[in-house]
Amino acid sequence: MFGRMSLDAFPHDPIVWGGALSIVGGVLAIVALLTYFKKWTWLYKNYLTSLDAKKIGIMYIVVAVVMLLRGAGDALMMRGQQAIAAGNPGYLTPDHFQQIFTAHGTIMIFFVAMGLMFGLINLVLPLMIGSRDVAFPFLNSVSFWLFFAGMALMNLSLVYGEFAAAGWLSYPPLSELQYSPGVGVDYWIWAVQIAGIGTTLSAVNFITTILKKRARGMTLMKMPMFAWSVLGAMILVMFAFPILTATLAMLGLDRLMGMHFFTSDLGGNPMMYINLIWAWGHPEVYIVILPAFGMFSEIVATFSRKRLFGYTSMAVALMAIAFFSYIVWAHHFFTMGAGGDVNAFFGIATMVIAIPTGVKLFNWLFTMYRGRISFTSPMWWFMGFVVTFTIGGMTGVLHAIPALDFQLHNSLFLVAHFHNMLIGGVVFGYFAGLTYWFPKIFGFKLHEGLGKAAALAWILGFVVAFTPLYALGLMGVTRRLDHYDANPGWQALFIVAAIGFVIILAGVLLQLTQLAVSIWKRKELQAGDDPWNGRTLEWSVPSPAPSYNFTSLPVVTERDPFWELKESGKKPKPIYEDFYEPKNTAAGIVIAFASFIIGFALIWHVWWLALVGLIGHIVTLIIRLTRLDNEQLVTAAAVRAMAEGRS
Amino acid sequence: MHYASIVYDACAIFEMSMKRRHWGVVAVIALTLGALLISLFLFIRDLVVLQPSGDVGIRQRDLFYFALGIMSLVALPVFGLLGYIAWRYRETNTKARYTPRWDGNRKLETIWWGIPIAIVCILSVVAWQTSHSLDPYRPLDDSKAPLKVQVVALRWKWLFLYPDQSVASVNQLTIPVNTPVSFEIASDAPMNSFWIPELGGQIYAMNGMKTRLHLIADKVGEFKGVSSNISGEGFADMKFTVRSVSDADFAKWSEDITNNPDALHLDMMSYEQLALPSIIPEPQYYYLHDTKLYQMIIDKYSMSHSMNQQEEGGMH
Repeated sequence: MFGRMSLDAFPHDPIVWGGALSIVGGVLAIVALLTYFKKWTWLYKNYLTSLDAKKIGIMYIVVAVVMLLRGAGDALMMRGQQAIAAGNPGYLTPDHFQQIFTAHGTIMIFFVAMGLMFGLINLVLPLMIGSRDVAFPFLNSVSFWLFFAGMALMNLSLVYGEFAAAGWLSYPPLSELQYSPGVGVDYWIWAVQIAGIGTTLSAVNFITTILKKRARGMTLMKMPMFAWSVLGAMILVMFAFPILTATLAMLGLDRLMGMHFFTSDLGGNPMMYINLIWAWGHPEVYIVILPAFGMFSEIVATFSRKRLFGYTSMAVALMAIAFFSYIVWAHHFFTMGAGGDVNAFFGIATMVIAIPTGVKLFNWLFTMYRGRISFTSPMWWFMGFVVTFTIGGMTGVLHAIPALDFQLHNSLFLVAHFHNMLIGGVVFGYFAGLTYWFPKIFGFKLHEGLGKAAALAWILGFVVAFTPLYALGLMGVTRRLDHYDANPGWQALFIVAAIGFVIILAGVLLQLTQLAVSIWKRKELQAGDDPWNGRTLEWSVPSPAPSYNFTSLPVVTERDPFWELKESGKKPKPIYEDFYEPKNTAAGIVIAFASFIIGFALIWHVWWLALVGLIGHIVTLIIRLTRLDNEQLVTAAAVRAMAEGRS
Repeated sequence: MHYASIVYDACAIFEMSMKRRHWGVVAVIALTLGALLISLFLFIRDLVVLQPSGDVGIRQRDLFYFALGIMSLVALPVFGLLGYIAWRYRETNTKARYTPRWDGNRKLETIWWGIPIAIVCILSVVAWQTSHSLDPYRPLDDSKAPLKVQVVALRWKWLFLYPDQSVASVNQLTIPVNTPVSFEIASDAPMNSFWIPELGGQIYAMNGMKTRLHLIADKVGEFKGVSSNISGEGFADMKFTVRSVSDADFAKWSEDITNNPDALHLDMMSYEQLALPSIIPEPQYYYLHDTKLYQMIIDKYSMSHSMNQQEEGGMH
């Protein structure tokens, strides 16, 4: 009746209890606060059921920030363990430590990087290209809620059951039933699977939005660079995520039905899994970095008060990176024993990516050259990004040389390298973007002083935390060690790394303070429509931007249309037209909840419950898709009233 | 509720001081960072990857320095330009030239497309040559006949079989100095990676197939060996000691085992016991009863289906 479920699956270990309690406590606290302030209806109407891309964007970001805190908590536990565990077992059991780093990687990639990325895209992309909405508003809501369901399932593993302990990509045969019989890997499979399907749907949505919903006159070559970067990233999602879905499905079949896709006996082949997962995994890291490149392109141009240098090069570079990221996946396993020819091919293809990336760096620098640079906090993040990302790029090329990779692979040198790219590149980029676009969404700026202090703490902390890992890697220390022999050289460096992490944590606390202070002082930080002397269309509308974005749809004749308009001093005559706005719907929530149920049922082998979830899915879809009154008309007269009422 | 406004004031002061002493602050940060990094080097010792004790590792180290050097040709100008441009074109420096519409220059762009292309071309040639010359499957060019060692990764220990000497050991690899060692590597456990950082590159150990690795030690001494791929609970204890000894000592070591009437025997039966999950802190030695044992361990995974998959491991 209840499959593998039993009371024994609740945590026993006091440290795990702590984690479980913090999750349960956090959820209860949110529920209590919402009830106390009677905000449920407000939340339901304005956010949960909203199809406004900006509201969905805010929800993505809230989830991602909460998950960032959990991922940082995991990092704290790992850094603590490795600082202590020299010649002793430390305070975590090996299994618990392995669950923590598996969770850390999974959370940071799927629920933080992807969450912040989709959040920011939802917030600004339609505005930037002069559109009222995304192409498929309802699909957008489904995507978000699937992301949410995956996140919820992943966090449930902390309270009931266990999480995977096989690394964030769960290589077989370790992740097969033979070696991981528990529910951990199943939690990983279904959490990632559900969120991943949401991601694929988002790609369909944003590609269509960019190709079909641009303002009149905005040709592809007049799009803001951020739109190019999103287009590149979403094309990557379209081609890469189905591979993930298929791979996880096969691993799931191995585990659920005793099949042998990836087992090491009976004809299965684990090497196939490693190829497939990286055929998704390598594009994935470019999926999260490309939008960060796009954000920096907007930020550098705005704060240098100058046009972006080498626009064509920048667009070509983005697309070249997107293309090449498909033919480099085998560089993640030169050590699997492919011959010199295969390894050399993938190594060289990898190095080729350094070319367009280098070009982008020079073009950003020359955007600043002969500009008038104001060093706001987004520019601080940018400066930090250039330094850390360049170092990460160099160590990346070292890894790309196959003969050299044999000495660096899976060492802490590798760990330092990809954190250089993911923190120095992705995280810094998204934080810069959040600071930059925050006033457009909320109507007030984030506090600058605290923002700069936070950026400083992150950059400093990053260097102190990860430089020791490069050194440790060259000392022959591998990743994922829950303890090591007493060795003063190793332990000292692990302690330095832990100190670096504490500095980063101070940065996180400064950011939380920044948010609180900014909300507290929002009157003084009132932004106005165009707080940064912006260049692109989002700055031409009121802050916070209305749900329909534009009262009168803009017509574009050149790049940086809003800046050109300000330069010319003209005011275009508004044209008011009827348009349709999507109505709120709870169908996305129901579909995601059904998916959550299916995932949970498959993890615990409760077959009838999976069937219930599936029926819920189908019924909701039929109801939603046969309804005809999903939109409401906003008449031209009403739009005129709104526009004129304001000015 | 004064807290928020105190923080706010503190931030305002911080911001003011930033405005006034912007570059002073930057200098202080740079110095702090520099000091931190230099102090880091006090802790760094035994950078074995950069101080290898064998020809393969030495060639990999040279490659490391070469690649790092050639890439600095791009990286250093980026750092220099970033500092210079940020300083020169700061908002307050109204004397600097300001060209808000200048958005391209074919000559400049040709330079920074060209330089990375040139560097990647050079690195590509090097990468191509070295991935063949340092291919772990390629026997080393050495007049001396190689020592054959068969490696099996188990949960959670390393088993070394010496078929020509009829000995075996667990968690200790004894090799003669200045003699090429030809490894055949397999796993009877989740995938591991066999790595001796001081001697050179690593290769995965997988079920039901062999991967190959060739290494040589040019010093007598003790080195660390590890698994670099997570293989379950005992992963952190999957480490071994490499003893590089003289030819005479090596011969004595193996003969001491074969001549010892009390030596443990290793055959399929005792192997099955050994292969059960366990952590073995002290090295163990065996008389290798059955020199076909290694093949049997590999065949375990291909018995049950007709196609004998990838005998010579990896994607080779």
